[in-house]
Amino acid sequence: MQRHLVLRVTTKLLMPFILLFALYVQFHGDFGPGGGFQAGMIFGAGFILYALVYGIDSAKRVAPAGALRVLISAGLLLYIGVGYAGLALGGNFLDYGVFSAQAPKGQHLGIFLVELGVGVTVAATMVTVFFNFAGRGRD
Amino acid sequence: MIAAHLPALQIVVPLVSAPLCLLLRRGDLAWALALAASWAALGCAALLLQQVLSTGPISYQLGGWAPPWGIEYRIDVVNGFVLLIVAAIGAVVLPYARVSIAHELPEDQHAAFYTALMLCLTGLLGVTITGDAFNLFVFLEISSLSSYVLIALGRDRRALTAAFQYLVMGTIGATFIVIGVGLLYMATGTLNMLDLAERLPPMAESRTVLAAFAFLTVGAGLKLALFPLHFWLPNAYAYAPSVVTAFLAATATKVSIYILLRFFFTVFGTAYSLELVTLENLLIPLGVAAILVCSTVAIFQTNVKRMLAYSSVAQVGYMVLGIGFASTTGLTAGLVHLFNHAMTKGGLFLALGCMVLRLGSVQLDSLAGLGRRMPLTMFAFVVGGLSLIGVPLTAGFISKWVLVQAALEQGNWFVAGVVLVGSLLAIVYVWRVIEAAYFRPAPGGDPAAPNAAAPGGEIVEAPLSMLIPTWILIGASIYFGIHTSLTLGVAERAARFLLGGGA
Amino acid sequence: MDALGLYNYWIAIVLMMTGFYVVVSRGNLVKKIVGLNIFQTSVFILYISMSKVSGGTAPILAEGFETYSNPLPHVLILTAIVVGVATTALGCALVVRINEAYGTVEEDEIQSQDQEA
Repeated sequence: MQRHLVLRVTTKLLMPFILLFALYVQFHGDFGPGGGFQAGMIFGAGFILYALVYGIDSAKRVAPAGALRVLISAGLLLYIGVGYAGLALGGNFLDYGVFSAQAPKGQHLGIFLVELGVGVTVAATMVTVFFNFAGRGRD
Repeated sequence: MIAAHLPALQIVVPLVSAPLCLLLRRGDLAWALALAASWAALGCAALLLQQVLSTGPISYQLGGWAPPWGIEYRIDVVNGFVLLIVAAIGAVVLPYARVSIAHELPEDQHAAFYTALMLCLTGLLGVTITGDAFNLFVFLEISSLSSYVLIALGRDRRALTAAFQYLVMGTIGATFIVIGVGLLYMATGTLNMLDLAERLPPMAESRTVLAAFAFLTVGAGLKLALFPLHFWLPNAYAYAPSVVTAFLAATATKVSIYILLRFFFTVFGTAYSLELVTLENLLIPLGVAAILVCSTVAIFQTNVKRMLAYSSVAQVGYMVLGIGFASTTGLTAGLVHLFNHAMTKGGLFLALGCMVLRLGSVQLDSLAGLGRRMPLTMFAFVVGGLSLIGVPLTAGFISKWVLVQAALEQGNWFVAGVVLVGSLLAIVYVWRVIEAAYFRPAPGGDPAAPNAAAPGGEIVEAPLSMLIPTWILIGASIYFGIHTSLTLGVAERAARFLLGGGA
Repeated sequence: MDALGLYNYWIAIVLMMTGFYVVVSRGNLVKKIVGLNIFQTSVFILYISMSKVSGGTAPILAEGFETYSNPLPHVLILTAIVVGVATTALGCALVVRINEAYGTVEEDEIQSQDQEA
């Protein structure tokens, strides 16, 4: 990919926009198409684009395999933690209404955290899957 | 406080152990966590069944939203029974897994193995406990995807193709189920199973409901290895790691039969399934074919795991036969065979796993003379084989007895005869293993066979951590053949509940 | 009735059968995965097309709109899409490992290799 200057420069220019758009999609799931899964995929796609153009080793410097493993578990644990918090505060499992005095505010908070967990897990999983596929045959 | 939230905890405790197992890199720490989670799940299941037997069905609203708008976990006698089976098998298999997996899988895959096993357990428990049709599909896919991973971890490279074949067929089955659920939603506007049961009778004549019924039957049939759709099962069970085979053989098909029961009798209702669609004409011939064809094919197998896999398809045929009769006795037979077969097959595959540990393979020839060198393991296999045949004093006898009773109640002498012929065929294939183990001389200390323990190539008895779970399951198949009040009593209550309405 | 008015169901069925045919008839494992994807996509179209309410707008609360399309099937399909992605990823991982173990991804060559062994 050394000689494909257009690809390299364009990727470098686009990366921040891709990641920013992923964050936008993540947090605007209530008001437009979006949410955790879609945002996680866009985020992962950004990293995969970078790895395709600049090589897996450069991408692994930013997102090492161990950190990704922790992120996969952390996202899922955040989701389940929100569920348990609902239990601890007196409601049923995954009841968000108990998080605040006014039920809609509690539900906003609950959905926000849950979608964040989903987005983190999905992004980390996508990047891990790509690294595992593309990294085979090297060792 | 915990008692009120048992239904949610039943699912969440195994679910939370999965990412925690992934975080712990060391295999034995992951095993300890998985063990604790599976025992906690067994405790929850036992408490739930006790509660249901004394006070009636339990309903739990997930997220605090009332059904039919929210997802509801609903536990009645039927799924309390199946929950107990799945959780018990999970709890018994985990102590066994430590040595078995250490022998069959490379070190760096252990934590991932326990993660996948816990996800599979969560999925199976979720399918059983949920009262929402789409939620059932989601949990079914969680359990299926993790079981594809578990099967692909086998040592033989054919495990990969077996997992792929299972993936293709299983995904088609699950997609059929989701099409069926979508058609039901289109017709009624709800996904909650009880609400569907209320709204379906007025539109029983419409084509949408008939198409939904067809899709759901074929989809569930693919998952439970109903006779012509069983082709994924022998390869998947033969090449997977021993723990995985035992776990899946004892739980996955049982849960799919539960899906069939739930949709046939609770959602669509007995009136629709029996009178309109005449279920018996479909299930009884397929059950008979499964028993005769697969027992015969099992006789000609040289790989004992493959032989028991074909035997599993035949036993599923027995259960489907019981369901096809759709009488109280027939459903009781099907449900009690669910329990008995889970115990028996689980125990048999665990015994085979002990043999794999010492011998490295389960080809019929390598089992020669094993009766003398691994006496406890072989005796467990013999007792399990007797239960498979249906010898009196074993659990297998009870289920076959009730099945023959159900057939005779309806005057169906042919099917009663088929059940007996099935037992005769089972005698043949169980005898092949017994003959190889007890009546053939051992090949004098084969030093080329890879085994785990003695470096000198000696074949000794399996370690206690593997023998005890095997004997727990085999002992259960004898205990429940003698003291039938628990299993038959609960199964009969469940059958009455499905057919009539009382709890 | 107007069979042409039900064109969404026709499209769903054509896609479903196409996907199913590819899974059954093609021997290349990667093509089977693609067929499975087409099969699952037909289900998505079936669900989403049934959720449209004539005259309804997108199911997002906004000022000035009275009729909304049914949001529930959209949520169901998001879940089903995730399941489909996971299945595809798992299938592709299996194909990569099968290719490494057998040297081919054609089903008949794999079967003949297994039968020789």
